[in-house]
Amino acid sequence: MNVMYFAWVRERIGVPQEVVHSEAATVAELVSELAAREDRYAAAFADISALRVALDQELSDFDAPLAGVREVAFFPPMTGG
Amino acid sequence: MTVRVQSEVFDAGAELNAFAIGHSDVGAVVSFTGVVRDTDGTLHQMEIEHYPAMTERAIAGIVEDAKSRWALKDVLVIHRYGTLSVGAPIMMVATASAHRADAFAAADFLMDYLKSRAPFWKKETTADGSAWVAAKDDDESALNRW
Repeated sequence: MNVMYFAWVRERIGVPQEVVHSEAATVAELVSELAAREDRYAAAFADISALRVALDQELSDFDAPLAGVREVAFFPPMTGG
Repeated sequence: MTVRVQSEVFDAGAELNAFAIGHSDVGAVVSFTGVVRDTDGTLHQMEIEHYPAMTERAIAGIVEDAKSRWALKDVLVIHRYGTLSVGAPIMMVATASAHRADAFAAADFLMDYLKSRAPFWKKETTADGSAWVAAKDDDESALNRW
């Protein structure tokens, strides 16, 4: 699946997006896999209460299933307007 | 209904005038323009990042929600991304309805939702460096008003 990062999450991880091959059943499982990769991922995912997630461009939750999802995006709370 | 996501600057007055004409059944037009604010005289510029694949769809969803709650004749949302200078317009919302209560309430609702449900992130650059603007708890709790 395509995994995207925005704002300080992108800066901390160092790439805007990447293809991730994962068997994770939920967003939370994917976060655990990513956080275990390297320090920069661990830093970005240290506090998921500070993060939001979108699945296929729709806001979702960390306990949401990933079956059939093609794009996951992680970002801080939005600051539009 | 018009939703525009763009890097280019826009003329809020010209946009509002163009929006307000041509509706014979409209008796009220309300608009809001958000502007880059330099609170203490140190801001060099603001950068706005967004999630292109999601942005217009998210805004359109918020507009549809507003249309289901109030009797709106038309809605305009413009939101910029990229590098913005102090005093430049960031975004604008305009609503048109037969009577003012619908236009006022819908514009207020749209602003609350655009602030924390449209995928934009603001970063401010000052002489001390750059920092992402943190969302406020008030912004999230404002959604509970609706």
